[in-house]
Amino acid sequence: MKNKDLANTLAIFKREFLSYFNSPVLYVIVVIFLLASMGFTFFFGRILDSDNASLTQSFFFWHPWIYIVLAPAVGMRLWSEEHRLGTFELLMTMPLSPWQAIIGKFVAAALVWAISLLLTFSIVITVSWLGNPDPGPIITGYAASYLYAIGCLAVTSAASAFTRSQVVCFIVSVALCILLTLIGYPGIVDSVVRTLPGSLESLVRFVSYLSFMDHFYEMTKGIFVIRDVLYFLSVIVVALIITHLGLRSKRA
Amino acid sequence: MIQVQNLRKEFGAKVAVDNVSFTVEKGEVLGFLGPNGAGKSTSMRMVTGYFRPTSGSIRIGGIDMLENPEEAKRSIGYLPENAPLYSDMTVASFLGFCAEVRGITGAAKSRAIDRVLDLCFLHRVRNQSVDTLSKGYRHRTCFAQSIIHDPEVLILDEPTDGLDPNQKHEVRQLIKKMGETKAIIFSTHILEEVDAACSRAMIIDRGKVVADGTPQELRQKVPGCQSLDEVFRNLTRSDLEK
Repeated sequence: MKNKDLANTLAIFKREFLSYFNSPVLYVIVVIFLLASMGFTFFFGRILDSDNASLTQSFFFWHPWIYIVLAPAVGMRLWSEEHRLGTFELLMTMPLSPWQAIIGKFVAAALVWAISLLLTFSIVITVSWLGNPDPGPIITGYAASYLYAIGCLAVTSAASAFTRSQVVCFIVSVALCILLTLIGYPGIVDSVVRTLPGSLESLVRFVSYLSFMDHFYEMTKGIFVIRDVLYFLSVIVVALIITHLGLRSKRA
Repeated sequence: MIQVQNLRKEFGAKVAVDNVSFTVEKGEVLGFLGPNGAGKSTSMRMVTGYFRPTSGSIRIGGIDMLENPEEAKRSIGYLPENAPLYSDMTVASFLGFCAEVRGITGAAKSRAIDRVLDLCFLHRVRNQSVDTLSKGYRHRTCFAQSIIHDPEVLILDEPTDGLDPNQKHEVRQLIKKMGETKAIIFSTHILEEVDAACSRAMIIDRGKVVADGTPQELRQKVPGCQSLDEVFRNLTRSDLEK
């Protein structure tokens, strides 16, 4: 029983993963991601002028802003394309559970991000050559960055379950990712706290705690806290449950 | 093989399928007839487990579709309306994917692919991208997908739609031949297909079954009618009426 479930998930995963390589979208996104992450690091992060081999402020700092746009671009086809082509009907009449399809497709998209992120390895070589960086924050930084990317991807998966239009899915997902980022952005949170009466501060802090940003910063500082990892994982689980509900509503 | 009882489907306030019951045994080909929007596709989507019925029961080879959908779906092959395909795959890789999801792997997979490529005359396009196929080939590729696991139950939603006369003839022959060993339901609004391929036919109108029997019996159903065409017009009301 267990074996069969795994085989189904793998079959879905394989098809989805290979389909990324058959479409130019993947290559375009990987190239944009590499250009953007390196461009930000050298031109805005000014890593060469900072006299600091840490990647926290110069490299990882920019990732959330890149993912807000690029993760939905990778994920927008997940379910929207199935709805548009009508293959969703085919898939749902095959002997597999919706969960196997949801997970298989999500893991395929997540692996695409793992590859993109691994391709930034040259920056690690650069800072190790030029200086003597602490490996801890680099490892947790990569972990945080990856969790951020697949968090955005899971949000996109949920949005794509509801619409057959990739454009609608993209816009909605970008909006949701921006929201989840900004409610925890330190500058914004502080000014909201200053504006609102003091009694509401705990509420604001609570809302900001739900944001991706809050947990991302903690991790990039080099503090690997199980709590932050669990936070991202629970966001993904919730988003995939919403994906499941969206798909079910299409079959009602 | 297929037992459907008191099937009903509501979309909001609209009743799409109303109290439809039928059984199809192995060796039978049941034709679903009816005007557009009569509930043919909706019924088939419920039988294949895509839509959940509002009420009623569906059993495939004795397995309840609502209680054990994954098991029930195993013995069904389904050709949806408009023959959907993954446009970024080749014909052979698409069929390979469908085989894998149905648990056919390794050497058995290549054998299954070759078998359906033969049956559906697809050898010439096996490595062609689905994107570049003509409508006839697309249709046959999706048809091939539905028989890749040699299912006991075959459900075909307008299998001859958009095909040229030669291809229509080919598909009808194929359905008739497979009907000897399988339980088949197919929908159409081409009445001559009923005589060409069906052992039994059901006329559905506005979600209800208005006639059920062999093509011969249907002809006698309405006195004075000579052809199925006339019977069909007599029993169903067209969309044009108020």
